[in-house]
Amino acid sequence: MINNNYEIVVGLEVHAELSTKTKIFCGCKNEFGAEVNTNVCPVCMGLPGTLPVLNKQVVEYAIKMGHALNCNINRVTKQDRKNYFYPDLPKAYQISQFDIPLCEKGYLDILVGEDIRRIGVTRIHIEEDTGKLIHADEFGGTLADYNRCGVPLIEIVSEPDIRSAEEAKAYLETIRTILLYLGISDAKMQEGSIRCDVNVSVRKKGQTEFNTRVEMKNVNSFSAVYNAINYEAERQIEEIEKGNEISQETRRWDDALGKNFILRSKEDAQDYRYFPDPDLLTFVVPQEKVDELKAQQPELPVQKIFRYINDFGLSRTDAETIALSKDKAKFFDECMALKKCDAKLLSNWVLGEITRIANERRCEIADLTLSVENLVEMISLIENKTISNAAAKTVFEVIVDKDEKPTDIVKEKGLAQISDTSALQTIVDTVLANNEKAIADYKSGKTNVLGFLVGQCMKQSKGQGNPAMFKEMVIAGIENS
Amino acid sequence: MDKLYSLSATSMKELLDKKEVSSVEITKSVIDRIEKTDKEINAYISYNFENALKQAETVDEKRAKGETVGVLAGIPVAVKDNICVKNLKVTCASKMLENFVAPYNATVVEKLYANDAIIIGKTTMDEFAMGSSGENSALAIAKNPWDTQRVPGGSSSGSAATVAASQVPFALGSDTGGSIRQPSALTGLVGMKPTYGAVSRYGLVAFASSLDQIGPMARTVDDTAMLFGAICGKDNKDATSKNYTFEGYTDSVKGMRIGVPKEYYGEGVNPIVKEKVYAALETLKAQGAEIVDITLPSTDYALSAYYIIACAEAASNLGRYDGVKCGYSGNRTAGLDEMYESTRSEGFGDEVKRRIMLGTYVLSSGYYDAYYKRAKVLQQSIAKEFEDAFKLCDVILTPTSPTTSFKFGEKSSNPVEMYAGDICTVTVNIAGLPGINVPCGFDSNNLPIGFQIIGKKFRESDILTVAKCYENTVGGFAVKEF
Repeated sequence: MINNNYEIVVGLEVHAELSTKTKIFCGCKNEFGAEVNTNVCPVCMGLPGTLPVLNKQVVEYAIKMGHALNCNINRVTKQDRKNYFYPDLPKAYQISQFDIPLCEKGYLDILVGEDIRRIGVTRIHIEEDTGKLIHADEFGGTLADYNRCGVPLIEIVSEPDIRSAEEAKAYLETIRTILLYLGISDAKMQEGSIRCDVNVSVRKKGQTEFNTRVEMKNVNSFSAVYNAINYEAERQIEEIEKGNEISQETRRWDDALGKNFILRSKEDAQDYRYFPDPDLLTFVVPQEKVDELKAQQPELPVQKIFRYINDFGLSRTDAETIALSKDKAKFFDECMALKKCDAKLLSNWVLGEITRIANERRCEIADLTLSVENLVEMISLIENKTISNAAAKTVFEVIVDKDEKPTDIVKEKGLAQISDTSALQTIVDTVLANNEKAIADYKSGKTNVLGFLVGQCMKQSKGQGNPAMFKEMVIAGIENS
Repeated sequence: MDKLYSLSATSMKELLDKKEVSSVEITKSVIDRIEKTDKEINAYISYNFENALKQAETVDEKRAKGETVGVLAGIPVAVKDNICVKNLKVTCASKMLENFVAPYNATVVEKLYANDAIIIGKTTMDEFAMGSSGENSALAIAKNPWDTQRVPGGSSSGSAATVAASQVPFALGSDTGGSIRQPSALTGLVGMKPTYGAVSRYGLVAFASSLDQIGPMARTVDDTAMLFGAICGKDNKDATSKNYTFEGYTDSVKGMRIGVPKEYYGEGVNPIVKEKVYAALETLKAQGAEIVDITLPSTDYALSAYYIIACAEAASNLGRYDGVKCGYSGNRTAGLDEMYESTRSEGFGDEVKRRIMLGTYVLSSGYYDAYYKRAKVLQQSIAKEFEDAFKLCDVILTPTSPTTSFKFGEKSSNPVEMYAGDICTVTVNIAGLPGINVPCGFDSNNLPIGFQIIGKKFRESDILTVAKCYENTVGGFAVKEF
């Protein structure tokens, strides 16, 4: 538990790999999981004499993210070299952006508990990914795989506006959902297509200035972000309580151990010697392009949540669960677009049976045979009381795998609800006649037997009776007896 | 036919077109000439004779069948060893890349092949194109055919030496601060640094990316222009290359305004050099050119700006020689830092190390503003002064090198004195303009002197026109009998 006298201050640097067809500076395929050193060419291997040529799609994708995070777009920008030596960096410099990022000064609204929190976005810039080192004892050393060299990245840097591990997690989840909504990244943390560096400091509650921050690297899952922040905050509080100073340093998070370790202190901080890359001239994005990309922006998750709550009356939890999943939201929106069914009922089905089946089959809703039209038809049959919920389950089991009209299924299987009063009354009379004890209980105040009696009626009607009508008739029957 | 090797490319082309000689005959003559003279001249790091002969046969077959052939069809050309030719070594005259075989062709090489040129070999140079004498080569130190006790200039030392010794009619060089023009001046050649962006740099091993350009070196203006015409133009692999069509040139300077900046005729320039350059001005004036006095006041700072920008870029460009993936690798068993240290201290020569250290220093945190940033500001003012000057004149004429060729070892102990020799040429790279060396006589030791014509951006036509007019007026340039 975090000491109540302290406040956590967090800023996140999120790296997201963009899902462009080709790499950022050459024509090599941008794909995950290829055989080592197969998606490589002289350019991305940094061989002598090669030159980078910027992939325009990278710029467009980054601008889309900039718009989604309410950033200013710097139409005139440049790329800079970040110089350092490491075997996964074949040119000994990474092409990145230093003082003029493509997008800056934006914000992202996130939902944390009942609050909306606005987190400032300092900048989004484009850069190239590095390769991967494989430490292989059977080869007696370290091997380099350059497939990832030149995979396009955006780095999204937040302001130190995040105040808890929960907020950090919500921020990261929202960023991930937006990347998916925009279709610009696979956003798979387990494949490393989103990676996160976390800056943490703590301060006494009420204090206005920030204390020294510590940067943590290698924080590569949502739960790791959560745990790493709490661990580091506790460590810092402990140090401060002991009367020690926090030193500006970089630490490496070890998720398996649930601990972090010092990587380098401020004195060992590298001097990257940034300077404008002379191989890549200043580039200018036309205003029309910026506007066009803005116009293409889809509705984003937070906007969706509010629309679901305000326009459809969904609960906050349901709205959030649907909106934070591009798959669920897409299906839900398509159903609602037919304007033929109740949102609440629909959300119950989307979050209940449909999600259950998709999870069971480890697929997306979109991968199911289930069509929007059939589901909506089924739900309207429930709504107009043609079928009961129980009967609906039978219909659902059919339409989830076969493109059959629910109306036909209901007819074929005789699932239509009986709403004919005289037919129902006969059943009610029989049930009441056979359950005198229950009637007595009800009269003595144990009204919960009502469910039992209605259930008996449903059973007698083989599920086709209208439960609401049964309920009314049972009550009337008891009162008249 | 006798001495085919000594012909200009233009003459070779005529004979080839008339089918009076074959490319195989020319190529054999050139190979024979190189084999006889290169022990003395030492212009090459590697020869490509076998492939050259095969290529010559192919071109001859094409001609025999009446197929269309390129503008350089069947003519031998030498290529500086910092330009990638697929499957040939590209050493940059460094121990670092001594055994590195290029896995791809530079765009200029693709263009040479597309034009059916015959690549005869790779010429030596100062290591990674850093130097003005050729003495910084770790692999072969070329000599000046005019006096083999003396340097051919640099860094395109081998390309200058092989053309001046009539081993080949022309060669490709590269020029970052004068590396085509200065050796051309010291060996009596025509050599042109094109406008930045006129020729693709893809496949040129980078020294200073914002200044490097590939260009032609030849014994005549027509040959220079012929080679330039074949290699220039926009390349999608080089983001800094520009759409450009070479418009050709004339031989008349009538009405052309030639600017003479006093800053280039200062005390540092040898009197004999000044005398010959002034004489050349008179010659051009007599041909109808108008001489205009102009001023380029920032010239004094150009060398400092040049060495800061060039070294900064070089330090970054040469970081990739780390022993990991290609080229020389030092001790790989001790640890990462040990591998870097041994690779780079053993693989690079002194001049390269000096520039890497300078470049690293000027980009360092806390020094960036004092050095690199100020150098970039100076670059802007130098470029602006040229722009203003070009409102008063069409071309600018200066000496190319303040001195004629010097003896081996004469300057190599004093880097600053060596750097000072670049004073007339570096501004052209800094401003991204085209510049050409034109031979204009000899000093008392019979060593060549040259003048430089600087043009507006993408106005290679203008400087070639002045060069051609001068060449015609003086009846052609002397060739060293060797």
